[in-house]
Amino acid sequence: MMKGVWTTIAVAAVLALGAAGCGEKTQVTVFKQGKYQGKPDNQPWDNDRFKGDQVAWEKAIKARNNGQNENVRLGAK
Amino acid sequence: MARMKFLCDAERCIECNGCVTACKNEHEIPWGVNRRRVVTINDGVPGEKSISVACMHCSDAPCMAVCPVDCFYHTAEGVVLHDKDLCIGCGYCFYACPFGAPQFPQEGAFGLRGKMDKCTFCAGGPEADFSAAEFQKYGRNRLAEGKLPACAEMCSTKALLGGDGDVIADIYRNRVTTRGKGAEVWGWGTAYGRPDQKAAPQPGTKS
Repeated sequence: MMKGVWTTIAVAAVLALGAAGCGEKTQVTVFKQGKYQGKPDNQPWDNDRFKGDQVAWEKAIKARNNGQNENVRLGAK
Repeated sequence: MARMKFLCDAERCIECNGCVTACKNEHEIPWGVNRRRVVTINDGVPGEKSISVACMHCSDAPCMAVCPVDCFYHTAEGVVLHDKDLCIGCGYCFYACPFGAPQFPQEGAFGLRGKMDKCTFCAGGPEADFSAAEFQKYGRNRLAEGKLPACAEMCSTKALLGGDGDVIADIYRNRVTTRGKGAEVWGWGTAYGRPDQKAAPQPGTKS
């Protein structure tokens, strides 16, 4: 009689553990690209200096870019 | 539209730390925070090379990918900026960054780690241009003034170039053709390389 009870308990435990194993979810994290949550920023030409004139801003930046080329500054080719 | 990049010419850098000083002065950076620094490889050995390192404003920025509060954004010019009001100072970006760019001021007791601070390409942040809040949080906004980063513009040997990637690459190409050596650009593969076209690293070369 006692043996039968223990067998039932053992079978129930095996079944419960087996079921728990089947329900295990994958532990691998799937990367998901986040979306910026902060405050919006404006364009560098949207201010009092350039007054929204993108072309003027790009011209200023281009001049500064080329200013880093000492060959151009010295007039060499 | 310009795609802003930094380029450091290791053949020209003389380790003067002018870029570091220019950055500190321009943005009034406190002690313990270095947005830019000069690193010397094989210091003291003949043939040593120095490079100026800061945030490279990566095309596919790892800091952006790991940030748990998503406080990073890319501007239209390709500059990586972040919102300090959102930053929780967790430090994940520091571990993700291949250049060690993120800095954390430790002003409070018990080694408190403050909000992350890094190079902004002198482009300020998500505050009104030229406002006191922008200067206090992110430093001066030179880009909105039509200027390039102070470090690059102050570099006496023009080792550090900053600006439109196409233009500075042209300047560098001309230099390399003229001098006939030093074609490798430190960090460009890591910062701007495309992962699907990454070449296998060769021994003795720079990434």
